[in-house]
Amino acid sequence: MKELTYHRAEDAASAVALVTGDPDARFLGGGTNLVDHLKLGVTSPTTLVDVSRLPMDEVAELPDGGLRVGANVRNSDLAAHPAVRRGWPVVARALLAGASGQIRNQATTGGNLLQRTRCVYFQDVTTPCNKREPGTGCSAIGGYGRYNAVLGASEACVTTHPSDLAVGLAAVDATVVVLGAGGERRVPMGDFHRLPSDRPEQDTTLAHGELVTAVELPASAVARRSTYRKARDRASYAFALVSVAAGVDLDDDGRVRDVRIAWGGVAHKPWRAAVAEEALRGKFLSEESVREAAEAELAAAVTDEQTAYKVPMVRNLTALTLTSLAEGATR
Amino acid sequence: MTANEVTPTPIAPRSIGTSLLRRDGVEKVTGEATYAVEHPVTGPDGQPPLHAWLVTSTVARGRVVTVDATAALAHPGVVSVIDHTNAPRLADTSDAELAILQDDAIAFRGQIVAVVLAGTSESAREGAALVRVEQEAEPHEAVFDEDSPTYAPEQVNGGSETDTLDGDPDEALARALVTVDATYTTPHEFNSPMEPHAATALWDGERLTLHDSTQGPRPVRGTLGPMLGLAEEQVRVLAPYVGGGFGSKGLPHAPEVAVALAAMTVPGQPVRLAVTRQQMFALTGYRTATRSHVRFGAHPDGRIEALRHDTVSQTSRIKEFAEQAAVPARVMYAAPHRATTHRVAELDVAVPSWMRAPGEMPGMFAHEVAMDELALHTGLDPVELRVRNEPEVDPDTGNPWGNRRLVECLRSGAERFGWAERPTGPRATVDGEWWVGTGVAASTYPMLWMPGNVARVRSLDGGRYGVAIAATDIGTGARTVLTQIAADALACPPDAIDLDMADSDLPFGSVAGGSSGTTSWGTAIVAAAQQFRADHGDHPDPGVETTAASGQYAAMDGHALHSFGAVFCEARVHRYTGEVRVPRLLGVYSVGRVVNPRTARSQLLGGLVMGLSAALFEDGWRDPRTGHTVTQDLATYHVAAHADVKEIDAHWLDDVDELSTPMGSRGIGEIGIVGTAAAVANATYHATGVRVRGLPLTADHFLE
Ligand SMILES: Cc1cc2nc3c(=O)[nH]c(=O)nc-3n(C[C@H](O)[C@H](O)[C@H](O)COP(=O)(O)OP(=O)(O)OC[C@H]3O[C@@H](n4cnc5c(N)ncnc54)[C@H](O)[C@@H]3O)c2cc1C
Ligand code: SF4
Repeated sequence: MKELTYHRAEDAASAVALVTGDPDARFLGGGTNLVDHLKLGVTSPTTLVDVSRLPMDEVAELPDGGLRVGANVRNSDLAAHPAVRRGWPVVARALLAGASGQIRNQATTGGNLLQRTRCVYFQDVTTPCNKREPGTGCSAIGGYGRYNAVLGASEACVTTHPSDLAVGLAAVDATVVVLGAGGERRVPMGDFHRLPSDRPEQDTTLAHGELVTAVELPASAVARRSTYRKARDRASYAFALVSVAAGVDLDDDGRVRDVRIAWGGVAHKPWRAAVAEEALRGKFLSEESVREAAEAELAAAVTDEQTAYKVPMVRNLTALTLTSLAEGATR
Repeated sequence: MTANEVTPTPIAPRSIGTSLLRRDGVEKVTGEATYAVEHPVTGPDGQPPLHAWLVTSTVARGRVVTVDATAALAHPGVVSVIDHTNAPRLADTSDAELAILQDDAIAFRGQIVAVVLAGTSESAREGAALVRVEQEAEPHEAVFDEDSPTYAPEQVNGGSETDTLDGDPDEALARALVTVDATYTTPHEFNSPMEPHAATALWDGERLTLHDSTQGPRPVRGTLGPMLGLAEEQVRVLAPYVGGGFGSKGLPHAPEVAVALAAMTVPGQPVRLAVTRQQMFALTGYRTATRSHVRFGAHPDGRIEALRHDTVSQTSRIKEFAEQAAVPARVMYAAPHRATTHRVAELDVAVPSWMRAPGEMPGMFAHEVAMDELALHTGLDPVELRVRNEPEVDPDTGNPWGNRRLVECLRSGAERFGWAERPTGPRATVDGEWWVGTGVAASTYPMLWMPGNVARVRSLDGGRYGVAIAATDIGTGARTVLTQIAADALACPPDAIDLDMADSDLPFGSVAGGSSGTTSWGTAIVAAAQQFRADHGDHPDPGVETTAASGQYAAMDGHALHSFGAVFCEARVHRYTGEVRVPRLLGVYSVGRVVNPRTARSQLLGGLVMGLSAALFEDGWRDPRTGHTVTQDLATYHVAAHADVKEIDAHWLDDVDELSTPMGSRGIGEIGIVGTAAAVANATYHATGVRVRGLPLTADHFLE
């Protein structure tokens, strides 16, 4: 049996101090991902610092109309929050598209962002994996690839980030509030997760011991008219094959004043489709215009036999998502 | 003890046909039912159980060079590490799947190479992680494809002939005016019962007692006894509650041997083993992938003149399992010229085995999609095409049908489903974001009766009867329906029956498999009950008993006894993503008399759901580099979730089959899965015009 020390954190600062000072310590949120990994041997911390009871569990409206979501707000509570549903429907829908009711009741906002890849090799300690054990090799290359990345992958790692919520947050330009030993810093969602490069073990730009304390959602017209769509193998309880988080703001003629598109299931991080967004600004939204824009973004895609489907799938789903938003439907 | 063989006569249904509540329902839903690892077993001197954890190979082929247990043994709580150098020797090693820890050979990835025993499950698990196994890898082959070398097995699963040939199908195919010629594939599928394989074993120096999660206590005893060098009676296997099996618990697998061997190293001390979900993907059987080449040659009016069904599957090099996928083609439709063949590829992979409707499930996927293609080529309605090919006698044996009512199933299903409103051509219906289509397929399953079953009837105080047979209820409702059968056979209320089962010390009961349980055990119970009445009359003294072996009741020799059914499906295919959803699924069956409508419905619906699951999701993806099934948990090996199952219904014809059993029933456990995937595939074709010939029907196939 593996012994480990369990600390229930008194406050955020001491939690940060505990973990920062110990390379084998981890924060524990709802535990729906980390506890699985303890059982599978994917990670073997000697200390768990339970942050799930810290008073970071409020959803507060900010003076500028934005929302501050405590890191411990449970996924189901966040999805059901009236302010979220009104001002950031993409966030609520992304949450509801993920996992199961039971898991969402348990999972925290912070833990969700820091959940690790579902790559089958990452989760199986008998197979090489650079993310789990740097330098051992990437079993997914030449192996099971249905869920692999088509954008931004590296020779070291080709997996995707599994979180639906993160894709929604990327689309609305959320900011992650982080407390470290040196104090608080604010990380834009776009800079929070990273591409694998030659350091796939590093999912995010957080340093060891940095604690997510909140996520801030800025209010915007695109966020108000936003939605999330996810294509998956079964109707529930499956990770995205691809997903689309999108929001639009149209001018009176119906031209795109502003648009946000983030894709899930295609990269090591939520993929902001900046090329596609740029291509659509000032345009009318039609299936053709969106498809073209998506294709411009996907020009950089690298696929193989197992992932080739993702390109047309995400293109089509983007077209459907944006045109239905334009038609006023928010599904 | 050898019991007299008695052939029973039909019984009058009284409790049979009613939805008697599950006898063990309350225990199960209240958590009182104890499953295999939950039995509060202690040794003779009160020793608490040790926990076993399996250490498995990580190469597909090769040998174990050393097993270094130093670190494991140093871990607190670890008692011992058993490997091929120190494991008890088996008396019989002829079954290479089961003969574990006897030598250094590694035949597939995930094979048991050591067992760790410890005081807690956690320390056993950690001990297993600390065992250092040095393995020497040898070249292996784990890819099953068109290029795999194959051979013809001597016979296929179920004892059927490998090949059949009638007439000259090749010549008839060559001159046929309408043909179908296509290849259909099914992937490796994993049974995945809710309760993983598990056992608690106690060796007291004389007897081995195994609380097992098995579909057959007697078959386990019959296999393990000789292997362990014991008389069969020295092995006692109990399985009062089993959380599903779907065939994977039908035959003993290596974990049962592991726990037995481990227990024999610690006499007097119970040993518990819970196989992990991941380990199940290598150790407890699976349905092999199949590739079926189906050819039909037909007249323009749809009558099939010639058919060929040539199937290839794969097996493990150390043990043959030949999935009988072409067998159902032998009975389905009339065709004067016909051939069926089975070939098998041997690979360095885990050992495949039974999974619900082995043979019928993958074979009928191929066959019934091919029928849909023939309907298209002939311009006939798919229901009508099947009706036109209805054979008067069994095309395989020439025997008259016992009770073939496929046409009625098709007609009744078509009516209930609203088939008449179906647009003829594909890609005809759009509903918002979805293409919508409907499909049909036939299903079939043979009536199987297992010889050798023995039941005991004893009169108890107060007009009660004790009925005993080593049958098992794996969640199907066997405990309930056998009670009903015993009650009717003895002409008493079901509450007067004390049924004793799931213990290998009881009279012989065959495996809960092949949809043969109720048929075989029930026939034996009726035989014993009738003999009991003959021996002891209607007012027996308490304590008198009769044990009788079941003679063959089923008129299998002169008749073709099979169940049939028809499955109707509505599928929706997303126009943008290709995702498939199934809003409606209906099965109509002819299965003889239904003993208990509640439990029968649940079996049929469960079969339909499993067929739907195979149609849309299930795919054990094997890594060719290691022979390892990487989708080895239920988050990556997708089975249908609640949200995938919408309107689903099962009906049956009013039926009595007195040729098969004295109850008038036939088996129902498997037919629900047969044909279902074909119905779904045919519906997706009708929705989209895209013909997918390989399972599962994932979104990528339909993307545009
Ligand atoms: C079967 C299954 C299906 C699922 N399906 C989906 C799906 O479809 N879509 C989806 O998006 N997700 C899915 N999930 C994943 C689920 O969303 C995550 O497990 C969950 O959100 C993690 O949150 P948690 O609070 O339980 O995190 P934990 O398991 O507690 O922690 C996860 C990680 O975050 C770290 N951590 C936790 N809190 C903080 C913090 N405040 N600051 C810094 N680090 C922290 C932990 O150290 C750990 O590394 C699924 C999970 C399962 C088991
Ligand atoms: S893709 Fe990434 S996570 Fe998967 S095996 Fe390769 S390195 Fe590991």
